[in-house]
Amino acid sequence: MEHYLSLFVRAVFIENLALAFFLGMCTFLAVSQKIKTAFGLGVAVIVVLGISVPVNNLVFHLLLAPGALEWAGFPEADLSFLGFLTYIGVIAALVQILEMTLDKFFPALYNALGIFLPLITVNCAIFGAVAFMVERDYNFGESVVFGIGSGVGWALAITLLAGIREKLKYSDIPAGLRGLGSTFLVVGLMGLGFMSFSGVSL
Amino acid sequence: MANAKEIKTVLFGPIFANNPIALQVLGICSALAVTTKMDTALVMCFALTFVVAFSNLFISMIRNHIPSSVRIIVQMTIIASLVIVVDQFLKAFAFDLSKQLSVFVGLIITNCIVMGRAEAYAMKNSPGMSFLDGIGNGLGYSVVLLVVAFIRELGGSGSLFGVQIMPLLSEGGWYQPMGFLLIAPSAFIIIGLFIWVLRAYRPEQVEKA
Repeated sequence: MEHYLSLFVRAVFIENLALAFFLGMCTFLAVSQKIKTAFGLGVAVIVVLGISVPVNNLVFHLLLAPGALEWAGFPEADLSFLGFLTYIGVIAALVQILEMTLDKFFPALYNALGIFLPLITVNCAIFGAVAFMVERDYNFGESVVFGIGSGVGWALAITLLAGIREKLKYSDIPAGLRGLGSTFLVVGLMGLGFMSFSGVSL
Repeated sequence: MANAKEIKTVLFGPIFANNPIALQVLGICSALAVTTKMDTALVMCFALTFVVAFSNLFISMIRNHIPSSVRIIVQMTIIASLVIVVDQFLKAFAFDLSKQLSVFVGLIITNCIVMGRAEAYAMKNSPGMSFLDGIGNGLGYSVVLLVVAFIRELGGSGSLFGVQIMPLLSEGGWYQPMGFLLIAPSAFIIIGLFIWVLRAYRPEQVEKA
């Protein structure tokens, strides 16, 4: 239990996908102008990460890993080179299915998250988390915790950034720094703030 | 074939006048995490330029045969296959570097520059020009990445490409390294300042308050 808790804390704060690994930057910078939309996107990322990391974990361990195809009679096969292609396909398919399911059964939720879902397919945060999961060789339980944890961390970061940017609207920034430039500086300072968690371990 | 002037705009435009990272904020995702050292940054630049140039070439070659409803998937497949080639090549011939780059080579797949150029340029232009456009955009990305890596490696560890330029205090030299430049937040701040400099030069890029 403690192991999972520690993994969760690390994924949320210390190895924050956005602030420590620069993942999901395009949407992170573009959709962080209002707290409400930023929060919506954050929730969508948590959901997609929470599903796609464990699913890709199963795909990797049952189909792609060296020797994984033993049950099908190919103990020698090593399909891990197909990894990237498979993960991106699985992510795209999952997002599509999620979108259709939400549309059919939870229209209210679909209206709130719907516009963000297509954006998420090409969000590097999702793909990055999946790639990290494979590289660090997480098992299924760990991948669930890591997926949700890194999603929560990303959502936290984008919501905080949106909060800061809403306040920054009223300040008088030098012309060349307006918009993008100041956002980068703010993200840098936020990253420094998050670094202070790096000593925390359970 | 297009004339020389057009080739020049396509090839060199994205480097300074219309740099994809600095102006359109595309593709920073995978760009910054590898900039603590020049050599990883350089390999990343080669990898990205290769992928964006060839994905543009191949997509442009088959652009008239791709049904528009599935074009994103076709583009993704081509890009992902090219990234796999690069990744396998690095694993085979530069294993140490490939370990240091870890997941970031794979992240070229979701890099917005690659998808963006495929969608915006290669789908409408001839293979030759698309290839040049890919190289131009790859170089534009490389310029930003290498500038950031130069500052971070020189300031953070006093070396370039692993060769000690400024002898460190801890090894009997005179340079006290700036540890800040080696941690992730510094890259954001460098890019922020980079954008500031660029916009001071080109005031038409300034965003309205």
